[in-house]
Amino acid sequence: MTTLHIEGASRWFGNVVAVNDVTFDVSPGVTGLLGPNGAGKSTLINMMAGFLAPSNGSVTLDGAAVWRNEQAYSHLGLVPEAEGMYDFLTGQEFVLANAELHGLADPGAATHRALATVDMEHAQDRRISTYSKGMRQRVKMASALVHEPSVLLLDEPFNGMDPRQRMHLMELLRQMGEQGRTVLFSSHILEEVEQLASHIEVIVAGRHAASGDFRRIRRLMTDRPHRYLVRSDDNRALAAALIADACTSGIEFDEAENALRIQAVDFGRFTAVLPKLAAERGIRLHTVSPSDESLESVFSYLVAA
Amino acid sequence: MFDPTVARLTYRGLLGRRRVFLLSGLPLLLLVIAALVRATVGADDAVTANLLTGFGVATMVPLIGVIAGTGAIAPEIEDGSVLYLLAKPLKRPTIIVSKLIVAIGVSVVFTAVPMLLAGFVLNGNSGQLAVAFAVASALASVAYSALFLLLGTVTRHAVVIGLVYALIWEALVGSVVPGARVLSVQQWGLSLAERIAADGTGVSSSVGPVAGVVLLVVVTVLGGWFAGRKLRTLSPQAGEA
Repeated sequence: MTTLHIEGASRWFGNVVAVNDVTFDVSPGVTGLLGPNGAGKSTLINMMAGFLAPSNGSVTLDGAAVWRNEQAYSHLGLVPEAEGMYDFLTGQEFVLANAELHGLADPGAATHRALATVDMEHAQDRRISTYSKGMRQRVKMASALVHEPSVLLLDEPFNGMDPRQRMHLMELLRQMGEQGRTVLFSSHILEEVEQLASHIEVIVAGRHAASGDFRRIRRLMTDRPHRYLVRSDDNRALAAALIADACTSGIEFDEAENALRIQAVDFGRFTAVLPKLAAERGIRLHTVSPSDESLESVFSYLVAA
Repeated sequence: MFDPTVARLTYRGLLGRRRVFLLSGLPLLLLVIAALVRATVGADDAVTANLLTGFGVATMVPLIGVIAGTGAIAPEIEDGSVLYLLAKPLKRPTIIVSKLIVAIGVSVVFTAVPMLLAGFVLNGNSGQLAVAFAVASALASVAYSALFLLLGTVTRHAVVIGLVYALIWEALVGSVVPGARVLSVQQWGLSLAERIAADGTGVSSSVGPVAGVVLLVVVTVLGGWFAGRKLRTLSPQAGEA
């Protein structure tokens, strides 16, 4: 059982703070690292992988620092986001080289096992340069698994994969988690993380915004106040009817836009009440659009919470 | 200190299709010119020394050093594949030493061997010129490999800077400005050629053979050591720092 311990870790590049005082543990099982693009997920993973020194704080693997500790790689498996991977080799040669670099007793057998795990034996003798994106990702996985690491770190592993490849990789990671390995993957897509991770860490603008199981995170995200822009043929009457219901907390009549700006506190109830009220009063709805559904605003709400 | 797998990956990357043409182009050109000169001028010690210095030691050797030295590491840093070496329980100096040995091996094969052949074609090794220039090329290749391998770990523009150094400093400044010659890998290599070649064959260097060899060793060791240090702090996000 291996635990990755991140304690008050910060990292800055010149004046830019990429990761700001983050503390959490990554325990056995599958953990999702969720955050919008540019939130500092990669910087954090690079610190966990020992490729970047924390400017402050520490990252330790079962008590030993990972920075400048080559021995940590005997327990760490890494699937980087970068595409570069010795394209002139065949898949089999690439995984074998990784096994040899780990100094395994029987690199040939380990290579065979790892390629079988990711279901790539059929293409193992083709050059990597001929592989599709999903095949490359699977060979990367095989290279990271060849020494049977107790911790597996994956940076945006689902990027550019088609749905079938995505399902396959998710199944594989789920198995790894069930075997008691510590698996951490990053993603900026909530649905991906929700389907796979039993535990989620949310990073926004370099800060640790939330931590817990996906139900808790999901609730935080759906319970936040939602803003809507609504146009109808009788805005004022609609506003009066809506504010009388508990699902809204504020309505503004935007004269320039000739529309209502509505703040809904109960998202589920609001979507049910709005058409019902309009129908009862004979009001025609022209526009109903959420005005802050971007991931960015969902995340910034989480930070403020 | 030597990892055969790192060496194999480096060697296969270095002798990939495109680069092997680059590496063999100049040596082939040297042999063609040597054959033409022999056919038109005949065997002549002074002409031989001139050609092997001007085209061989001043141009071909540093250029092949640039291709082999930077090619042994820079492409992997550029495309991120170096991460697969770094994420292993391997000492950083082991990675550098293995790569350096491959770079040296490749550049010696592509410089010293054609120089020896060209020497024999030009004047049949009269005045020990073929051997002298082969030794000078081999020694200079060792230092160039270390120097350009280091350059490959320090900057993304290693090839351009390497070419500027090879063509402007070694070929131009080194042959025009007397003071610059003392700080030229080419001259250090030639110091041994001068020693081996018979007197009166026109081989000369600005430094003595002992100083030349000492400087070559110092540059090689320092280059390798510093490259190892750079690799320790190399990160996928180095560009953002």
